[in-house]
Amino acid sequence: MYRYDAIDQGIVDARVDEYKDQVARRLAGEISEDDFKPLRLMNGIYLQLHAYMIRVAIPYGTLSSAQMRMLGHIARKYDRDYGHFTTRQNIQYNWIKLEETPALLADLASVEMHAFQTSGNCIRNISSDQFAGAAADEVADPRPYAELLRQWSTLHPEFSFLPRKFKIAVIASDTDRAAMRLHDIGLQLVKNDAGELGFKVYVGGGMGRTPIIGPLIREWLPMDDYLSYMEAILRVYNRYGRRDNIYKARIKILVSELGAEEFTRQTEEEFAHLKPLGLDAPKAEFERIIAQFPDPDLDASAPDTLDLSNEDFAAWVRQNTHPHKTPGHIIVTISLKPVGGIPGDASSAQIDLIADLAERHGGDEIRVTHTQNLVLPHVRKDALFGLWQTLKGAGLASANLDLASDIIACPGMDYCTLANARSIPVAQEIAKKLAPKELELGQMRIRVSGCINGCGHHHAGHIGILGVDKKGEESYQLLLGGSGAEDTSLAKILGPGFDEDGIVKAVEKVVAHYLVVREGPSERFLDTYRRLGAQTFKEAVYG
Amino acid sequence: MPYVLTGNRLETGDVLWWDGADWSLHIRDAAILEKPDAEALVAKFLPAERISDLVPVEVTLTEAAPRPTTTRERVRAIGPSVRPDFARPSLNVSEI
Repeated sequence: MYRYDAIDQGIVDARVDEYKDQVARRLAGEISEDDFKPLRLMNGIYLQLHAYMIRVAIPYGTLSSAQMRMLGHIARKYDRDYGHFTTRQNIQYNWIKLEETPALLADLASVEMHAFQTSGNCIRNISSDQFAGAAADEVADPRPYAELLRQWSTLHPEFSFLPRKFKIAVIASDTDRAAMRLHDIGLQLVKNDAGELGFKVYVGGGMGRTPIIGPLIREWLPMDDYLSYMEAILRVYNRYGRRDNIYKARIKILVSELGAEEFTRQTEEEFAHLKPLGLDAPKAEFERIIAQFPDPDLDASAPDTLDLSNEDFAAWVRQNTHPHKTPGHIIVTISLKPVGGIPGDASSAQIDLIADLAERHGGDEIRVTHTQNLVLPHVRKDALFGLWQTLKGAGLASANLDLASDIIACPGMDYCTLANARSIPVAQEIAKKLAPKELELGQMRIRVSGCINGCGHHHAGHIGILGVDKKGEESYQLLLGGSGAEDTSLAKILGPGFDEDGIVKAVEKVVAHYLVVREGPSERFLDTYRRLGAQTFKEAVYG
Repeated sequence: MPYVLTGNRLETGDVLWWDGADWSLHIRDAAILEKPDAEALVAKFLPAERISDLVPVEVTLTEAAPRPTTTRERVRAIGPSVRPDFARPSLNVSEI
């Protein structure tokens, strides 16, 4: 994986020193809260309901074992012994003291990590496919291209004060594991007939208040034009994106109001102006970065079979592993969704254990998924049973990937100042109710957000739940039919909202009805919904 | 309706409640105020900028402690409903 060079490290170290001084001056009363707040936010530090929260960037969701151990250390030293993995492949800590944040950031910098651009109207952490570099179905490892974007966008002076935040995802296979078309820019790495790598470019997708699926604006973007074209898109957005209304400031609104064709025309015009300026990375720089993502040194002659005589192990293998491109190896997803647990939370002991396992079994790498789980990307099949036993002993072997209890939930009103309702208790209750029959239900992606901003990806849920405020009390809307995968669709509200108990019962009714009307066990809930439409489910829920 | 005054300590982010003489971590210690008095205190404390997000909170009076009328403020007073091990002792988690 990518290692910082002297420039990267210098930037991060300088930022820590600068921030340390800013905090000292704020605590001494030398700068006002109004002046200080944007400075701390630029370092990923928010004031939430109970304490400060820090959001640590995990570029394209990839961590080394050493970085993972540092995340465990931070949980122990600065927080309450746990962290929360997010839908942006980052980690958040909920109980941070402002006076300790300079030391925390210095600790992060010591393992080539930071927290800037995890807040504010800038280009946020680039997300990617958690199986990058291991997936049997990718055309190339997308991470070097995400890394180049990270370097280009880090402290980019022109794009540090955009109309609104900006999120980019890069994938490299037809299977979308990163909700790519629900990003401000979605990039799919593809090969042309000549075997050259380039991109399909989607712009103006997003969830939140105005969910939109990003339209394709470029069928083929040659690699040589990559950064110029990104710069052109951002320039058009920076120039014409609305700054008068926060709810209409994302690029999706601009693309939607202009129309994809006109937005594309303006982007191409800007690109024609930019291209001759030589902004694109020279071939040597591409090669330098690509060389830092080598295929791990895996033994392709390792035994390619698994003994599945243990039923629990077999169930976990079926649900939580994926094919690896190297024979004798397998990709393992570690569920952070124990039934009744808090989606995405991991204790420092669990974080440390996963770091150790990655060192022994995972090519020294861990991936964070946008569904709040973790991945060991390069596990030998002949080590899998032992690995599973260790995970089981630590409460990390839930065999529920993509099943009803594998629920995305934002922190909601248990932690977040923006939330209107709690998400986690609703997710916990639904998981408890549905877990006993989740194998029968098959793939069922449930997503819970505590407010319209949609950090819980409710619009991308087969079943989505949105918490809203109803005169100071929590209320929940039920949405059906969304997908963040390659068959991207947006979930639609089914009808009037419910209280906390009511929403759980409503989901149970939807699920019970699905079991009655599906054409068979192989028809996913989403496919049944798409075949039959909302009305039949509406009748089942509302009578 | 009765009010209490809350904010977050600048250095730590801790949720605090004004007890009439100082700031307490526990809502059970909170001074019961009329809204204009709570607003006057906000105006008094604001310039020093040692307490962030100062705001009067509407409550009902219970035997154990003032109980905020909104779920949000009950969560702030008690702690995350999903981590009862972190709960402040003034009100039971079930009060959320």
